[in-house]
Amino acid sequence: MSTETTPQPGGAGAPLLEVRDIAKYFGSVIAVQAISTTVRAGEVTCVLGDNGAGKSTLIKILSGVHQHDAGQFLVDGAPVRFGSPRAALDRGIATVYQDLAMIPLMSIWRNFFLGSEPTRGWGPLKRFDVEFAKRVCRQNLLDMGIDIRDPEQPVGTLSGGERQSVAIARAVYFGARVLILDEPTSALGVKQAGVVLKYIVRARDRGLGVVLITHNPHHAYPVGDRFLVLKRGRSLGEWAKPDISRDELTQMMAGGAELEQLGHELERDAEDSELAAVAREVGQDAKDLGIAP
Amino acid sequence: MTTAVPTADERIAPVGVLRRLLVRPELGAVVGAIAVFTFFASLSPVFRSVEGIANWLDPASTLGVMAVAVALLMIGGEFDLSAGVLTGTSGLTLAMLSAVYGWNIWSAMLVGLVLALAIGLFNGMMVIRTKLPSFIVTLGTMLMLMGINLGVTKAVTGSVQIGGIADAPGYDLARRMFAQTIPFLGVEFRVAIFWWLGVTAIATWVLLRTKAGNWIFASGGNAPAARSVGVPVARTKIALFMTTAFAAWLVGSILALRLTSVQANTGINQEFIYIIAAVIGGCLLTGGYGSAIGAAIGALIFGMADKGIIFAGWDSDWFKFFLGVMLVLATLTNHMVRRFAEEKRK
Ligand SMILES: Nc1ncnc2c1ncn2[C@@H]1O[C@H](COP(=O)(O)OP(=O)(O)O)[C@@H](O)[C@H]1O
Ligand SMILES: [Mg+2]
Repeated sequence: MSTETTPQPGGAGAPLLEVRDIAKYFGSVIAVQAISTTVRAGEVTCVLGDNGAGKSTLIKILSGVHQHDAGQFLVDGAPVRFGSPRAALDRGIATVYQDLAMIPLMSIWRNFFLGSEPTRGWGPLKRFDVEFAKRVCRQNLLDMGIDIRDPEQPVGTLSGGERQSVAIARAVYFGARVLILDEPTSALGVKQAGVVLKYIVRARDRGLGVVLITHNPHHAYPVGDRFLVLKRGRSLGEWAKPDISRDELTQMMAGGAELEQLGHELERDAEDSELAAVAREVGQDAKDLGIAP
Repeated sequence: MTTAVPTADERIAPVGVLRRLLVRPELGAVVGAIAVFTFFASLSPVFRSVEGIANWLDPASTLGVMAVAVALLMIGGEFDLSAGVLTGTSGLTLAMLSAVYGWNIWSAMLVGLVLALAIGLFNGMMVIRTKLPSFIVTLGTMLMLMGINLGVTKAVTGSVQIGGIADAPGYDLARRMFAQTIPFLGVEFRVAIFWWLGVTAIATWVLLRTKAGNWIFASGGNAPAARSVGVPVARTKIALFMTTAFAAWLVGSILALRLTSVQANTGINQEFIYIIAAVIGGCLLTGGYGSAIGAAIGALIFGMADKGIIFAGWDSDWFKFFLGVMLVLATLTNHMVRRFAEEKRK
């Protein structure tokens, strides 16, 4: 068994997570089939695919929400089958869901420690260590580079990107080794998405293995180390970053020829339209924010 | 990684103290209580005398115990429409066992407690298992209890009232704990007032300073999110239903011991009064937000209005009108205050 846990970006050793030819069926629906991938410490594994491709189903297996029906799921090289999200969490696999992440009416520090509240005192006087919680919450957000004005602020008043960032900081603090993010950027504007991607990079630099689900190759490419592309529940392949370019990845997502066709149509339809400009901006913004290599 | 040092952020300066104060859920209730007190105190010297205060604190106290428990439940995202009638069921159980069957008061109270907790457990389990709205589930419980209260009382005693609790063994000590009056500044204050203060203090502590409190806010604020981070939402909600049932038992017992007799229709229509007091106290109908102190102050407003109208020499029919005005005003205040306090700070 590997005991080497120091972050080794792109390094060897037993992967934190590995799935081999995994499958999940819902009755007669084949949600995913024959999917294989690995997640290593200090690396970002991106799972890409259109709506309904099976991305959420795959990560729900990893996070203990679903159990796989075929294939193998290995954690630290040993086969596992999680009965609940809690079981996955106990092995250091934390998941940040787009909508499930936070309680809007509760303050940041209460959200930060929700479900794992620090306590002090014994017996009937055992209480939530509020001072500790506020201090540690603020400190950890700062350490991740998240500058929250006031930890008493209700989470509902944060922007979508800030909310995702707090959830990431939370997972890091609670000792996650693997961080799974389901479409963290899909509801965000370009700037906000950039902020979230920045924190994903921070988590990676701290030695976490990150699984980033997205249908946007422009978000995946700058931060990803390997790319798994799904389509209709099957894998179109997995590439390490040096083996694929952004354009190839984008084409892969939309199914090559189809996208080229779409691209021509768009250009024909609207030479001067904002659409083309937007597409170019996305790439430029990623560079400006310093997340592109 | 460099460790950043937390510093006071200049961006929180402008929102400062005012917003901190305004964001508190009980603000509307505090303002309302001051307004109502000033109003009746200026109309009636009796109202502002020590006797008057002892007088209007009494209805506020028994209502307050219930309003605080109902507030916790509402913050946890659920309603209990059976809570009012359950005070009757608890009182009737106590009266029936002690006065009709000659049990010791304490044994009778214990059975009443077990029964109340079982009904709370039933409410909670039904809501969790069936996933039906608690409004419907507890409405069903309320109707069933209403029928049982009347049916059993009539069948056993042949009337709609059970009296004679004072003759049962153990009554004196029980009365001293739950129903006596305590002299203060030359005026007799009901001991129920202390129960009210105690329940409010404990509820506030639990809500703001314990793990369970965090779970209550989270269960009502966003149950799926709470579950995903390991909060036992089902257990939390069931415990809240049982807490409400416990409060109903406490209030039912206090009233039974004080009056030494119980009417079979005790508690009917009270459930909405509890909810109204909790809402005046800042609870959101949608859950996840509110305060125990607020609900206690909501009950105080009720007590003051209830007795104030009589002291002012008005027809008591005006009480309901007054209630309606208070409810709308308090809810509006809460709504506006919350919007102001939570609007994005740039
Ligand atoms: N609980 C479920 N029951 C039945 N079918 C499901 C369930 N969850 C997902 N599916 C199906 O599996 C396929 C993949 O879904 P999903 O993993 O959510 O895709 P993605 O996240 O890539 O958009 C879809 O066809 C979806 O309808
Ligand atoms: Mg999905």
